[in-house]
Amino acid sequence: MNAIEVEELRKEFKVHKSRSGLVGAFRDLWTRRYMTVRAVDGISFTVKQGEMVGYIGENGAGKSTTIKMLTGILTPTSGRIIVNGMNPHKEREKFVRTIGVVFGQRSQLWWDIAVQESFRLLKKVYRVPDEQYARHMSEVIEMLEIGPLLDKPVRKLSLGQRMRCELAAALIHNPPLLFLDEPTIGLDVLVKLNIRQFLKQLNERYGTTILLTTHDMSDIEALCERVIMLDEGKIIYDGSLEQLKEKWGQGKRVAFTFAEGKDASILQELTAGLDVVWKKGEQSNVWVAHVPSGGVPEVVSRVAARYALQDIRIHEVSTEEIVRNIYEEGAVHG
Amino acid sequence: MDKYVEMIRIRFLMMLAYRTNYYTGILIYAINIAAYYFLWAAIYGDKPSMQGMSLGQMTTYVAISWLSRAFYFNNIDREIAMEIRDGKVATELIRPYSYLGMKAVQGLGEGLFRLFFLSLPGLLVVSLFLPLQFPENAHTWLSFSLSLLLSFVIYSELNLLAGVVTFFTFRNEGLLRAKRFIIDLFSGLILPVSFYPDWAQRLMDYFPFQAISYIPSMIITESFQGADVRDGLIVQVAWCALLLLPIGLLWRMAKKRLVVQGG
Repeated sequence: MNAIEVEELRKEFKVHKSRSGLVGAFRDLWTRRYMTVRAVDGISFTVKQGEMVGYIGENGAGKSTTIKMLTGILTPTSGRIIVNGMNPHKEREKFVRTIGVVFGQRSQLWWDIAVQESFRLLKKVYRVPDEQYARHMSEVIEMLEIGPLLDKPVRKLSLGQRMRCELAAALIHNPPLLFLDEPTIGLDVLVKLNIRQFLKQLNERYGTTILLTTHDMSDIEALCERVIMLDEGKIIYDGSLEQLKEKWGQGKRVAFTFAEGKDASILQELTAGLDVVWKKGEQSNVWVAHVPSGGVPEVVSRVAARYALQDIRIHEVSTEEIVRNIYEEGAVHG
Repeated sequence: MDKYVEMIRIRFLMMLAYRTNYYTGILIYAINIAAYYFLWAAIYGDKPSMQGMSLGQMTTYVAISWLSRAFYFNNIDREIAMEIRDGKVATELIRPYSYLGMKAVQGLGEGLFRLFFLSLPGLLVVSLFLPLQFPENAHTWLSFSLSLLLSFVIYSELNLLAGVVTFFTFRNEGLLRAKRFIIDLFSGLILPVSFYPDWAQRLMDYFPFQAISYIPSMIITESFQGADVRDGLIVQVAWCALLLLPIGLLWRMAKKRLVVQGG
């Protein structure tokens, strides 16, 4: 059975355009001009039970809007959504019992009261039986190391502490499907590692399906075998992370620091026939060659034989760069 | 049911989280009641009664009106407006409960807390200094309790209505403030409705405001007798039912139009 099925999903917002200046502001009092923005533009995908899927895209690509439709918060303009066998916004109250949601930028805990009071309320809200709560939550609390935080009010917690409590709160009813909207935003490396490890364990032990949005590609690399990439409301890639790397991450990046300034055409000429792409680096006199696999020694020897060099560095192409390249080209070809 | 009781408990905890607020709360209720007493004492002067109410009845009316207000008053309209403005409504909609229902329960929690922990102590303090007359008739108290509960329902329904309008306008602090003032003025809190000119009284029959404060206060001061009490309660029940309609309608439209602000 599929955890999520989405077909031709669309969401349009009507946004009012303000006119500029004082006169424009007065005119806005009488008549307003609206334009329709398509935040999500006809996407289709399915997620199998037990999968961990990374849902990535630039700011404003439509990630959060999709998550909000999948969780029943927003009503789609058109299209079909079936999550856990239900239509999220039609059967909202029954449906939300089967999902957990964490919004990295919003707290779901009650600000002024102790964490455990929030947990207690949520336990009642989701009607979790006492022994199930005791068994499941003691594990979660131990894995996330939040035992000592439970009697503190939420406003006194640091961001990392709070986020771990948020995660625990989303799991009180042990849902089979978990939505995480930028769960690691603003967190330090140790907390990030803790959270990643926890999510992995959760997935292994309970078979929890996880859909994750993030800007941190290392989250995706650590957790997800599959990524769905979104741009301007459309899916531009849906497949395994491995494949993405193979197709796009072939070869290496060699950064040369020259003794003096060079320009692209000279370098291009030098490496003619080797399928190398030269790009200007961020520091002065640095040029970066994108070299297909196996071509590095030849490129290095040609360049070193001709020009004086101060430094050479060789990098693997990171996932982050692959993603950036894809966005720069706008779509995935071939 | 459990979750609603638990939510009331959480509200109590939240109100107790700040102690200074709690103590100043008691003081404010005592000051309000005392201030209105002196105002009315000056207006009455030597007159034994006005509009059929003695000064003693008027003092009790004022004290009870404020006591009742502590119970039926809540800020759920502003809370809804705030949750929509900063997008927190999203985290409420992923919970398995009715959003508006839970807001009403939160209002009830706040009301019960204020009634028992703010205004009753406040009233106790005031009764040491002012001659308040309370009825000894158990039946009057029963009708009053019922009437007060209905006041809460009507007030909360108006608040939900005002709150849901935020789904369409995004900013409506002005509207909310106006609503609050209109209710205080026309509900009979500041001035009993029988003091208004005839045409205004007739006009107000078409609005739910006097069902909020005037009716319960008239019941407890025994200014309403027999059939008046029954009619008053019927008017309140009718408004409770009638107001559900626009709320249901607006809420269904609002859910479709919802825009979650701030990512």
